[in-house]
Amino acid sequence: MSFWVRHKILEKNSIALVVGILAVIAIGGLVEITPLFYLKSTIEVVDGVRPYTPLELTGRNIYVREGCYLCHSQMIRPLRDEVERYGHYSLAAESMYDHPFQWGSKRTGPDLARVGAKYSDDWHVTHLTDPRAIVPQSVMPGYPFLAETEVDATTIADHLRTSRAVGVPYSDDQIANAVADLKAQADPDNDGVDGFTKRYPKAVVRNFDGKTGMPTEMDALIAYLQMLGTLVDFKLYNEKANLR
Amino acid sequence: MNQSQSTKWMSNGEAGLAAFFSATAFLCLIAAAKALDTAFAFHATLGAAASLWAVFAIFNRYFERPFSLPPQEIKGRPNYYLGPIKFAAAISVFWGIAGFAVGLLIASQLAWPALNFDLPWTSFGRLRPLHTSAVVFAFGGNVLIATSFYVVQKTCRVRLAGDLAPWFVVLGYNFFILVAGTGYLLGVTQSKEYAEPEWYADLWLTIVWVTYLLVFLMTLIKRKEPHIYVANWFYLAFIITIAVLHLGNNPAIPVSVFGSKSYILWGGVQDAMFQWWYGHNAVGFFLTAGFLAIMYYFIPKRAERPVYSYRLSIIHFWAIIFLYIWAGPHHLHYTALPDWAQTLGMTFSIMLWMPSWGGMINGLMTLSGAWDKLRTDPVLRMLVVSVAFYGMATFEGPLMSIKVVNSLSHYTDWTIGHVHSGALGWVGFVSFGALYCLIPWLWDRKGLYSLKLVNWHFWIATIGIVLYISAMWVSGILQGLMWRAYSSLGFLEYSFIESVEAMHPFYIIRAAGGALFLLGALVMAYNLWMTVRVGEVEVAAPMSGSSPVVLQPAE
Repeated sequence: MSFWVRHKILEKNSIALVVGILAVIAIGGLVEITPLFYLKSTIEVVDGVRPYTPLELTGRNIYVREGCYLCHSQMIRPLRDEVERYGHYSLAAESMYDHPFQWGSKRTGPDLARVGAKYSDDWHVTHLTDPRAIVPQSVMPGYPFLAETEVDATTIADHLRTSRAVGVPYSDDQIANAVADLKAQADPDNDGVDGFTKRYPKAVVRNFDGKTGMPTEMDALIAYLQMLGTLVDFKLYNEKANLR
Repeated sequence: MNQSQSTKWMSNGEAGLAAFFSATAFLCLIAAAKALDTAFAFHATLGAAASLWAVFAIFNRYFERPFSLPPQEIKGRPNYYLGPIKFAAAISVFWGIAGFAVGLLIASQLAWPALNFDLPWTSFGRLRPLHTSAVVFAFGGNVLIATSFYVVQKTCRVRLAGDLAPWFVVLGYNFFILVAGTGYLLGVTQSKEYAEPEWYADLWLTIVWVTYLLVFLMTLIKRKEPHIYVANWFYLAFIITIAVLHLGNNPAIPVSVFGSKSYILWGGVQDAMFQWWYGHNAVGFFLTAGFLAIMYYFIPKRAERPVYSYRLSIIHFWAIIFLYIWAGPHHLHYTALPDWAQTLGMTFSIMLWMPSWGGMINGLMTLSGAWDKLRTDPVLRMLVVSVAFYGMATFEGPLMSIKVVNSLSHYTDWTIGHVHSGALGWVGFVSFGALYCLIPWLWDRKGLYSLKLVNWHFWIATIGIVLYISAMWVSGILQGLMWRAYSSLGFLEYSFIESVEAMHPFYIIRAAGGALFLLGALVMAYNLWMTVRVGEVEVAAPMSGSSPVVLQPAE
């Protein structure tokens, strides 16, 4: 029986055709995706990488909500010009707690993987409110409404708990103090700052938007931007560790 | 079935669906009352309203309909089910124009950022997913549903399976579009490109899509033709694979069942791989396999020639669905994804060139002996040019998947140009061609209102595409070169913002190209509207689709 005759079986039997299609499309995905869950380079843990603080996570959700990823990547490729322009190439570990990932696919604006600590908080406030006030050629939309909107603190513990359910290692302590930590990070005079710093060592506590009172969405977004790419100390990172 | 001679009964489907929608109406009302955010409250209210309308519509249909359900056959001929197809075809034109218009707006925002108006719901970041979803899923999706329901009936010579199920698929799918689109404007997104809708919209789409698969498959199973026609293989692969991709890419845990926000199960590099496994195969199966099915039915039909090579179509089919699935990692070249996965993605992308061009050849060569029709029939010309664009885009794609090329092209406008040569040239034109065929068939018209207007549409849109893609080629390559340019002293030559500034003229040209494409679609909408409104009714055609093309002069 030739191949063409045999193919008639599939052409005359719809269930066989369904099974054939399923089998053929399954192979590629299985081969490419399954190993990513156990290969060393994709599940390595690097010193310094930690879950987002409640304020940073809130800021990240604003970043997602406003579609920032459509114009800004967060993935520095190991190419000479990118490393010189943006900093050390991105590691898999640096986005291991990102649900969803924000690598992006387009750079209408620059990469933000290491934008943290590059500009002052003031710069970010001005730039997010009116980008052309500070970069005249910019085509970025303005986000003045962020500074006028207070963050919704009521559900933040649920956000941490859900993140833990999908694999981010938040501790019970961190979940229990989520609301306090959210407020403390944007208010250096807050009583909760010590507890916050204990739960999130090296996290920055500042009044990001310069305004008193409840943290605004501007505080949250800037807290997130200011920590991007700052977690790993590349003076100590051993890039050979994952070679076999 | 379940109606006796003396009493009229609700069918199982009517009763079951009415009960289902009563339940969803009730659940949506509870959700609306307990909602944690306004977007969720709005969507729950929409869901309740739509459910109540559905219950009303089902009862109304029951009271209005005759004693028995529509017969499978009338006088020995299949009683084709055209209502849902008409709806999907008509609304695809609406969504197309809406999607192109939003595309024009966001293209203009990139040239003139003041058009963002500094409001949340008018900024680029929220409108861009609205544009992509409107054109891909709303316009393209409705064209696919309309044509697949039409083609499967005609090529199986049976009435579509299900009584209310086809309507459920069409209306349910468009309700998904409505929820997704309004969600983007309200900031509801899971930020996975082309899979932005949140968990509740995803769940709803799953129900609709499984029903779609069942309707299609049951129609195939009860077919009167011994063979399953090649177009149906492609439709079937499209429906099955989109189901698999949707389930693989979207598993998420909602923060609360009364809120819109969820966290996706996958994180970091695994999420990236899932996303582009999904993302590239949304291109491969939604925008390619589905529309290849259109090619395999509408081109032979319009040209009145059989498909060029039966064996080539077999190879084309299995090769393309096998190879496409591997291509996703080419979106992640030089990232933290392991190198071997990138290389696999690149290798399979290059191999994809062959079956893609095999399919193109099969489509183009179907015109053997009918090439002269290109002169007289602008609809056939549109279909054929779409296949030519397909060939161009599927040559460019493998080229861009080569890692060294990708190091230049990735993150730039070149990608946007590539996508649009496929989207505007291939998907857009093949859809327009299919609609120009389908609308007269569905409404029993002798032909289109005006072939002259089709000609105008063709040329306006073609010039638009050429402006669009050439502007993006130049801007993309320029961007890529500026980012990697070094001065003689070994420093980076340009700051990032200088590359942004350099894009300005190309963004204006691109917007102009998009405006022309939109204008062409408006011409089409007018033409189709007039075809339905004033077109001459075809009398007693044995099979409406098989009648010769009537060349009807404008006016």
